Amino acid sequence: MIEIEGLTKQFEAILAVDQVNLKVAPGEVLALLGPNGAGKTTTVRMLSAILKPTAGRASVAGFDTVRDSLEVRRNVGVLTEAPGLYKRMSGHEYLDFFGEVRGLSKSKRRERILHLADWFRMADVLDRRLGEYSKGMMQKIALMRTLLHDPPVLLLDEPTSAMDPESARLVRDTILQMRDSQRSVIVCTHNLPEAEELADRIAVIRQGRIVVDGTPDELKLRLLGAPLMEVRFSRSSQNGVVKVVSQFVEVAASGDLWLRYRTGKPEEINPVVLRALLDAGLPVLSLSEVPRSLESVYLRVVSGEA
Amino acid sequence: MVVDEAESRSGVRSRGKLWKEMLGPALVLTRREVKDSLRDWRIIVPILLLVTVFPFLANFAAARGLAFVNQYGARLLMERLFPFLMLVVGFFPSTFSLVIALETFVGEKERRSLEPLLATPFTDLQLYIGKLLASTIPPVLASYFGMVFYVLLLGFTVNWWPTFSLFAVGVVLATAQALVMVSAAVIVSAQSTSVRAANLLASFIIIPMAFLLQAEAALLLMGHYGSLWLLALALVVVNVLLLRMGVTVFNREHLLGREVDRIDFKGAWRTFWQAFWPRRGLGSLYLREIPGLIRAIGPEILFTLLVVFGGGVFVGVWGAAQFPLPLEVMDLSVLGDLESLEQAVETAGILPKFSTLAIFSNNVRSLILGGLLALFSLGTLAELLLLAPVAIIAYIAMLVPRLGIDPWGMLVAGVLPHGVFELSAAVLATAQAMRMGVIILRSPEKGGGVLGIVRELGHFVKLFIFLVLPFLLAAAWIEAEISTRLTIGFLSGL
Repeated sequence: MIEIEGLTKQFEAILAVDQVNLKVAPGEVLALLGPNGAGKTTTVRMLSAILKPTAGRASVAGFDTVRDSLEVRRNVGVLTEAPGLYKRMSGHEYLDFFGEVRGLSKSKRRERILHLADWFRMADVLDRRLGEYSKGMMQKIALMRTLLHDPPVLLLDEPTSAMDPESARLVRDTILQMRDSQRSVIVCTHNLPEAEELADRIAVIRQGRIVVDGTPDELKLRLLGAPLMEVRFSRSSQNGVVKVVSQFVEVAASGDLWLRYRTGKPEEINPVVLRALLDAGLPVLSLSEVPRSLESVYLRVVSGEA
Repeated sequence: MVVDEAESRSGVRSRGKLWKEMLGPALVLTRREVKDSLRDWRIIVPILLLVTVFPFLANFAAARGLAFVNQYGARLLMERLFPFLMLVVGFFPSTFSLVIALETFVGEKERRSLEPLLATPFTDLQLYIGKLLASTIPPVLASYFGMVFYVLLLGFTVNWWPTFSLFAVGVVLATAQALVMVSAAVIVSAQSTSVRAANLLASFIIIPMAFLLQAEAALLLMGHYGSLWLLALALVVVNVLLLRMGVTVFNREHLLGREVDRIDFKGAWRTFWQAFWPRRGLGSLYLREIPGLIRAIGPEILFTLLVVFGGGVFVGVWGAAQFPLPLEVMDLSVLGDLESLEQAVETAGILPKFSTLAIFSNNVRSLILGGLLALFSLGTLAELLLLAPVAIIAYIAMLVPRLGIDPWGMLVAGVLPHGVFELSAAVLATAQAMRMGVIILRSPEKGGGVLGIVRELGHFVKLFIFLVLPFLLAAAWIEAEISTRLTIGFLSGL
């Protein structure tokens, strides 16, 4: 569980984070989006008890980040923006060191390292020096370090950066698995499709302030309007179609083999429209929502339009 | 009683457990860092060369030197050089502690591997201790190895063995020097965000260390081996101060709070001007601001009085007992009249002429030099600069009774009239210079850092222009016009 109230961080003349309020429940993934320098990393650093807030408070896994900073750091797994590895150590030595620092016994360390190496398909390379790893492999090792002590709260900064599609898929699956096992997860990312796929909720931060916060569907509805539905036909029958659909909703646009309309209540309107089209004997091929990307939402928010 | 003992035992146990809990994780970090350093050939190769080849070279030079000076019956000369070479053999590997410290503190910050470490349950103190030990242990062990190797070689080749005390002080000095460099490197690292910037700032460490090595050389060549213990004690005191400041500045906030080195010239100038320029006219300057500044440097004034007068008198008295001038060189005839005195001063060439301007400019130069040196030496060189004339006066005062002169009378006639102004001004300027030198040890949050130095520089200039200069001018006039005549009068009335 993560609870943030009025969290603020000031560096001399720069207000990096300004009155941030957020909640992430166990079993929830929050994607924290925002342009570079918006305050994402500073927020994560305050949540991991590395930096102290100038004002406000945050509680992570039930511990106050200032008062119980040691407990917070024990219960958090932080994937930093850069992997930050010790390149003269082997992968195994590196993970063993962090396991020891986190107080895991030797047998527990061995067990966790083997398990994670197996999951991330890194078992064959663990004895190699980290300096010989590819960027994607380094990112995987950093992620293994984050998960080593099985923390209830995960703070992940760009978890799939520099990874090939297969590895990125593996990481996304890991995050979803963490969600299913009731971890609270915050993912900072610039990868919007990834955020859309992973996040239960999305918060956009701009100039240190949270400007929007909600589920992906809520944000789309709020910022892009009602969903746009599209009906496709197997043969041309334009005039009849418009006439039938117009009885229930306003037609937004139509073509030879298609028609679009907007509705804020698709669960009520779509069955009615479909039934009417079929009753009129029109050759309906499909009825679906026109995909609207999170990117459109994000761009509207960061450009200040929303 | 039984309860007390049980409580006491459990207290000892819990303290022991606490210590283990505190030190245990720090040692995990130390082990990792030491292993990492030992895998870096850029560190390990020079250290290996220094502890194997260099003692051979030193031994070779010592043996050849001994053979040469023996021809002239001057074995003593080389015997004074043997321990110095031992200290040098120990010193060079220990300097790697500075390299490793800068690398391990600021280098890790630059490579961005520090943040994952900061996100672990280490306390700031554990991180500090772990890294401090990791930077100190390999170079210090190398130093010990080099010194032992050199001594063994020398013992077997020329049959010279150091006394236990001399070898022990060499070991203590090598350890203390390494610790001073490491603990100072932490403070330097906290002020910079890149290895490059830290290397540039490292001159604040290297310059005082170079002075230290010269002092060690001088003591060894003069055969004052016992004084090396005093030097070692001074280093331990400096270490305690630096370690304490290091603990203060080494915190997560500090390490990750700043991302770039930014020199804020405008801010620095504003800070200087605010500290220097009188706020509300001359009345307020002399009634409020300057008394406030003097109150603020109260501890430094006390320290300066203690060091300069206590230390100066001690050195003068000790010098007079150890190295008294022969009676025949103490020619008092030159003090018969002002002209002869001026002639003698000019011939000696070490004192300023007896004119107001010459005395004034000489004193101004000395105190400005003290201020500058203070910046590079944590204030210590400013204190030493003022200690020297006090020691000379004490030295002369101890010798003149042998000529039948009352030292108190001479001091009252020749020093007191101008000394009231001159010494007051010098103590104030030196105390403020001391403050300027030690402010670097404070974290920016507590008024230290670069802006702290600039602020204290502003106070130094303010105190200097508005108080020290008028005092020095008055002192110079009194010295040239009154003290000299009083001294001559006093001596001719004997």
